[in-house]
Amino acid sequence: MLDTAQAVRRAPGRTRSSGPARPARRRPRLGPYLLILPALATIAVLLIWPVVQIARMSFQDVGLRQLRGEPAENVGLANYRQILGDGFFWTTVRHTVLFAAVAVAATLVIGTLVGLLLGRLGRRMSAIVAGGVLVAWATPPVTAAVIFSWLFGTTGGLVGWLLDLLPDWLVGGGWQNYNWFSSPLPDYTVLTICVVWMSFPFIAVSVLAGLRTVPGELYEAARVDGAGGWTTFWKVSFPMLRPVFGVLLALSVIWDFRVFTQLFVMSGLANSDSFNLSLYAYSTAFGSLNAKYGLGSAIAMVLTVIVLIVTAVYTRLIVRQEEIA
Amino acid sequence: MSSRRLRRVALNTTGVAVLVVSVFPVFWMISTAFKPNEEIFSATPHPIPYHPTLRHFDFVLNGGVAGVSFWHYFVNSLVVATGTVVVSGLLALLAATAVARFRFRFRTTFLILLLVVQMVPPEALVIPMFIDLRHLALLNSLIGLTAVYVGFALPFGIWMLRGFVAAVPRELEDAAALDGAGPVQTFFRVLLPLVAPGLVATSIFSFITAWNELIFAFTFLKDQDKATLPIMLEFFFGRSGNDWGPIMAASTLLTLPVIAFFLLVQRRMVSGLVAGAVKG
Repeated sequence: MLDTAQAVRRAPGRTRSSGPARPARRRPRLGPYLLILPALATIAVLLIWPVVQIARMSFQDVGLRQLRGEPAENVGLANYRQILGDGFFWTTVRHTVLFAAVAVAATLVIGTLVGLLLGRLGRRMSAIVAGGVLVAWATPPVTAAVIFSWLFGTTGGLVGWLLDLLPDWLVGGGWQNYNWFSSPLPDYTVLTICVVWMSFPFIAVSVLAGLRTVPGELYEAARVDGAGGWTTFWKVSFPMLRPVFGVLLALSVIWDFRVFTQLFVMSGLANSDSFNLSLYAYSTAFGSLNAKYGLGSAIAMVLTVIVLIVTAVYTRLIVRQEEIA
Repeated sequence: MSSRRLRRVALNTTGVAVLVVSVFPVFWMISTAFKPNEEIFSATPHPIPYHPTLRHFDFVLNGGVAGVSFWHYFVNSLVVATGTVVVSGLLALLAATAVARFRFRFRTTFLILLLVVQMVPPEALVIPMFIDLRHLALLNSLIGLTAVYVGFALPFGIWMLRGFVAAVPRELEDAAALDGAGPVQTFFRVLLPLVAPGLVATSIFSFITAWNELIFAFTFLKDQDKATLPIMLEFFFGRSGNDWGPIMAASTLLTLPVIAFFLLVQRRMVSGLVAGAVKG
C-alpha cells in the first residue's frame, strides 16, 4: 500500500489510449462546458473574486464603518506607501524570507536523504519506516503546533529536560525554565523544527517514487564504473529526477512562504515581534478593535504576488511535463 | 561481520531513527493524554504512562472545554466536513469528466487555472471573504464556512479525479452506447461505479481539508455553539496553557481520524501533486 512508485507510474492522465488525446465523437459541443460550469463558477466566486477584492481594497481605506455599509474611500497608493515605509513591515518580510529559506532547504535535504534511505532499505523495513513517516505528514497543523508547544514548554517540557541532561559546557544550563515563545529567534527555531517535521515526508515519498522509475541498469553501470553513493546521486539520480526536484522546490517555497496556522497557534497574535507577512496581514485586519481591512489587504497583496510568482514557475514545470494540452 | 552486513545494520539503524523521530511527537501526545498529572509534570519524564488514566479524556468529553462537550464540536466539524465532501465531490466529478473525456477550447486554460488557484494563500483571502460573508449574513454560519471550504477543496479534487476518470477505458462507454444507453445512463451505470475508488480518495482529501482548517473557522464563527474542533483546541490551548493532559487528550481525539484517513489516500496525494513530473 505504500508503494508510491506504482501510483506515480500509473499516474492518471498519461495513458494515451484512454486519455483525452482522442477527439470526442458524437457528443454535443456544449457538453463539456456545462460540466465544468458549476466548478468554474464556484472557483470564480470563492477564489478569484476575493483576489480581485484584495487588489481593490489595497487601494482603499476600509474599516469598521465600511462593514456597516458606508462606501470605501479610495486612497491611491497610501496603503502601500505606509507599509513600504514602515520598518516593522520589513521585519515581517525578513522573517518570512529567512524562515522560508531555512525551512525549504532543511525540508528538501532531509526529505531527499530519507527518500534515498527508503529506497535502500529492505522491502518490509522500507514499508514500516514509510508508514511512520506518513504519520508526521498526516498530523493536522493545529495539533502539530500544540504538540510542539508542549515539547518545548516551560513546565514539564521534554526538550528543556533533555537539554539540561547534556553537559553545561556544551549547551549551557537552565533550559527547563527557558521560554521558547518570547522572542523571534527561539520562536522561529521551534516553528522551523515543527514545519520541517511535517513537510519532509512528502519530499521523501515523492523522491522514493521518482527513484523507483530510474532504470536499474543506470545504477548497475555506475557501480561497474566504481562510482560511490555521492557520485551516483549527483550523476545518476539527480539528473533523472531533476523535474521532480523542480516541482518539489516550488511547492515547498509556496507552502513555507504562506505558513500561518502553526505560528498563529504557537506564538499568537499578541506576540507581534514574531510576525511573518501572513500573520501581520491577518492581525492588521482582525487583530485590534480598529480593524484596517484596506491596509491588511495591501500586506496580503504583497504575499499573494510573491506566491503567485513562484506558482508561475511551478505551473510551467507541471505543464511542461504533463500532457496537459 | 562482513562490510555488506555492516552496511545493512547501519541502514536499518538509520531507518529506525527516522521512524522514531517521525512518530515521536504523535506518540508523546497520546502518551501524555493517558498520564496522570503527577507523571506529566514529573521531574524525570518517561515515555509510557505508569498508571494510565482516562480522566483527561473524560474531562474533554464531558464539558471540560468551556462547559461544552467535545461531541458538540465534533458534530459541527462533521457537518462542515461532510458538506464540503458532498458538494465538492459532485462538482469535481462533473468537471473531471469534462476534462478527462472531452477536448474543448479553454481546456488547458481551465487546468492551468486549477493549478494556480490552489496556491493562492488562504490567509490573504480571509479578509475579503469575511466582509462578503458579513454582507450576506453568513458570517456566523456553518453553511458559509462550508462554502469557503468547498472552494479550497475543489481545485485539487478535480485535478485528482480527472486521472481516475481518464483511467476508465473508453471502450466500456462505447460498448454501453452501442447497447443503446444514453449519456446519462452511461455515466451512472458505467463511469460512476468505476470511478468510485477515486471518488473515495478525493472525498477523504476534502474531508481532511475541512476538518483541519483553523483560520477561517476562527475568524468567521464567533458563537461558542458553532465552533469546530480546531477552534476548540486553539481556544482551550490559549486559555489553559499548561493543562497538558486534557489538551493532549483533545488533540488525540482530533488527530486520530485524520491519520487513519490519510494513510488510506496518501498514494493519490503524491501522484496528484507531482503528477507527470515522474516519467515512467
